[in-house]
Amino acid sequence: MRNDQPLIFERSKPGRIAYSLPALDVPAVDVSELVPADYLRTEEPELPEVSELDLMRHYTALSKRNHGVDSGFYPLGSCTMKYNPKINENVARLAGFAHIHPLQPEETVQGALELMYDLQEHLKEITGMDAVTLQPAAGAHGEWTGLMMIRAYHEANGDFGRTKVIVPDSAHGTNPASATVAGFETVTVRSTVDGLVDLDDLKRVVGPDTAALMLTNPNTLGLFEEHIVEMAEIVHEAGGKLYYDGANLNAILGKARPGDMGFDVVHLNLHKTFTGPHGGGGPGSGPVGVKADLIPFLPKPVIEKGENGYYLDYDRPQSIGRVKPFYGNFGINVRAYTYIRSMGPDGLKAVSEYAVLNANYMMRRLAEYYDLPYDRHCKHEFVLSGRRQKKLGVRTLDIAKRLLDFGFHPPTIYFPLIVEECMMIEPTETESKETLDAFIEAMIQIAKEAEENPEIVQEAPHTTVVKRLDETTAARKPILRYQKET
Amino acid sequence: MLHRYLPMTEEDKREMLKTIGVASIDDLFADIPEQVRFRGEMKVKPAKSEPELWKELVALAEKNANLKQYVSFLGAGVYDHYIPAVVDHVLSRSEFYTAYTPYQPEISQGELQAIFEFQTMVCELTGMDVANSSMYDGGTALAEAMLLSVAHTKRKKVLISSAVHPQYREVVRTYAKGQQLEVKEIPYDGGVTDLAALEAEMGDDVACVVVQYPNFFGQIEPLKAIEPLVHEKKSLFVVASNPLALGILTAPGAFGADIVVGDMQPFGIPTQFGGPHCGYFAVKTPLMRKIPGRLVGQTTDEDGRRGFVLTLQAREQHIRRDKATSNICSNQALNALAASVALSALGKRGVKEMAAMNMQKAHYAKSALEQRGFASPFAGPFFNEFVIRLGRPVDEVNGRLLEKGIIGGYDLGRDYPELAGHMLVAVTELRTKEEIDRFVNELGDGHA
Repeated sequence: MRNDQPLIFERSKPGRIAYSLPALDVPAVDVSELVPADYLRTEEPELPEVSELDLMRHYTALSKRNHGVDSGFYPLGSCTMKYNPKINENVARLAGFAHIHPLQPEETVQGALELMYDLQEHLKEITGMDAVTLQPAAGAHGEWTGLMMIRAYHEANGDFGRTKVIVPDSAHGTNPASATVAGFETVTVRSTVDGLVDLDDLKRVVGPDTAALMLTNPNTLGLFEEHIVEMAEIVHEAGGKLYYDGANLNAILGKARPGDMGFDVVHLNLHKTFTGPHGGGGPGSGPVGVKADLIPFLPKPVIEKGENGYYLDYDRPQSIGRVKPFYGNFGINVRAYTYIRSMGPDGLKAVSEYAVLNANYMMRRLAEYYDLPYDRHCKHEFVLSGRRQKKLGVRTLDIAKRLLDFGFHPPTIYFPLIVEECMMIEPTETESKETLDAFIEAMIQIAKEAEENPEIVQEAPHTTVVKRLDETTAARKPILRYQKET
Repeated sequence: MLHRYLPMTEEDKREMLKTIGVASIDDLFADIPEQVRFRGEMKVKPAKSEPELWKELVALAEKNANLKQYVSFLGAGVYDHYIPAVVDHVLSRSEFYTAYTPYQPEISQGELQAIFEFQTMVCELTGMDVANSSMYDGGTALAEAMLLSVAHTKRKKVLISSAVHPQYREVVRTYAKGQQLEVKEIPYDGGVTDLAALEAEMGDDVACVVVQYPNFFGQIEPLKAIEPLVHEKKSLFVVASNPLALGILTAPGAFGADIVVGDMQPFGIPTQFGGPHCGYFAVKTPLMRKIPGRLVGQTTDEDGRRGFVLTLQAREQHIRRDKATSNICSNQALNALAASVALSALGKRGVKEMAAMNMQKAHYAKSALEQRGFASPFAGPFFNEFVIRLGRPVDEVNGRLLEKGIIGGYDLGRDYPELAGHMLVAVTELRTKEEIDRFVNELGDGHA
């Protein structure tokens, strides 16, 4: 095995340090006098011993082996990999935001509470909801929070028979998983050949046991569920609630609001639509908005504005309780707030207009070279099928790997599950036409290669620091940590 | 419109519309039904330029009393610690912070390797076999530990020590409601979990027993005495742990813990009003295939080069959907990186030194207060936090301290009525002797 990039542990050498702590200025006491012998650690944790420069070189080298939005185009569908503004980072690092303790007296954190309150007000307006909580840490956490509120609502009405949550077959995997964690059973509703929820199937599955329908709109195919009003009626008539998965909100800012479409609960992904950086997988932030009849069930505490300033209200007898220690991922919320204030109402509307323009442009230009399963205007993302290339022996996975050679992050692949050899492309509004064109040209070239020289695609990538990795062995014989060779 | 984040020019727009075959962008929104189309102007504050917005937000931040200006003795699960300068420089590499989950390993080796190193560090500190790539925070990690225990044992009752962080317990109760689990609290005695009460509650129906080490009061729980009570009934032993304390204390893994969770905030993550912090989750090998969240594994590429991939994904929501035992998707990867960098900077020696310094300073502060006549209700060994009885309302005392530039400790009466008038005091390596002496002097004399 070749180890081209050493682990930090492999750079370690006893006697090196990369820290600087002050000298102890209180009388020294041997910790063995303070801790009972059984509880005093005898085996030291194997942590690295490196100098500060060793450390910086190590992580700089790692960063060079990583692709981010600042490195190049990242059209990962449903993830909204837009530009992460730099002022957001500076604001989040201000001492008055980064170095405040969540349990300080309220009068010492009025600026933080004001920011959170104002962010909630803005998110209410953008989504058309009546109240917002910032407590959930990410989208999936918001889904579960929303479903717990729906459960509490039904139970408060003495309605204990609503055990089922309906999700479309095109839904994000988190939807059914969140339903399970919230104690519901999942029922799947089919999509039609047009890629929209099948209303007849919805009527068939909805009933007195329906707690909610979870819906992404535009859906994961990038299509607007144009029968949304009718769907809301069907679900509401049966006594269920309508849940909005906000992963795709980037398509409709200032154009349509979930609250006006009949949704009762909405979660947002501030790390998607509102530029919280994705961080290599997180942290995110997943605020939840609700209509008035669900307000009593919001997680506590709730931020209120009183005569003497902002305060945290814990006196919420019907609340589902806490979903997270403290008040949510505040640092991400600061970034989202900064972004909203940088854009204003016109800017936010323009975001969705350009996100949709870019997606439609790419879709039209690529339709000649790849199968387009749903031939109509898309919203902020669209899906292509690689079934034509599959017949030539080139899989969607190969196409994705070949894109790496062109310096692009591939689209989301093999999702939604209902499209064969699926590629889900979301360009976002922050990309220039030149970038879109370069990606389109690469995709066209790959389509040609699939016909003329499939090996070059099948054997891709050719330019990355590693070639395709053996995932089967990784799962069969898992090595999940470094062990020092003895 | 002209905006620095929106690059399309009018000319670009015209060309693109022509390619699409529509006259205007509005035509692309024609599928939104008239009745739900938003027509007005959103009541969003008008856009501000970068310098104007910066000025406004600096002023807003300055309305908060920050821990760099004030001297803080507040902990209760979130601590003001030394953050090596290198941490923020690494986090500011945009190759890390502007990337997403490493779904494409060939162009994500940096992130994958960093997580693999993080997993290793968590295992080393906790004495466990397998750690995941992070959870939201310590509280939700603990709730997920409960869900794993319930799924693994097929039992629906959970015992949790009342000396576990009150907010963690609240989160656990919220998660329990969804799956109709019974959560029973075990009282504390002398500042640690009451062993007799625990033994009395133990039964074949208990999925797991949860304790915190050191616990919410800073006390070192007797894990050695608790473990046999738990395993005798084939329940899982869940320990929530401050990872800094594990620089000095015997690892929970060595005491037979099955699941160890907690928050990496003490390592390189600012307090930032309670989040984002970084949950960690570690298990023994038998639970490996049930651990929630993302895992990174080592493998090789076609040329035999070492590389890293996301692995054992069959556990996760995007594969198992409604059969998944956890719904976690986004995690706290960037903060896991922060913790890794801080742990690399501190290293083997620094973690121990910093932990020892916390312990010594906290003990100095407690002795100084005792000399002034303040009594502590708990006599057991503790880490960097302890409880003292003030004999007066804590918020009143804290109000006076604030005027002197000191943020006082946590008011335990908020969660433990029997501890009204008691303060939980945290002393980290950042507090100087002079600051501790000033704090003690400001508190005056006790009424012990």
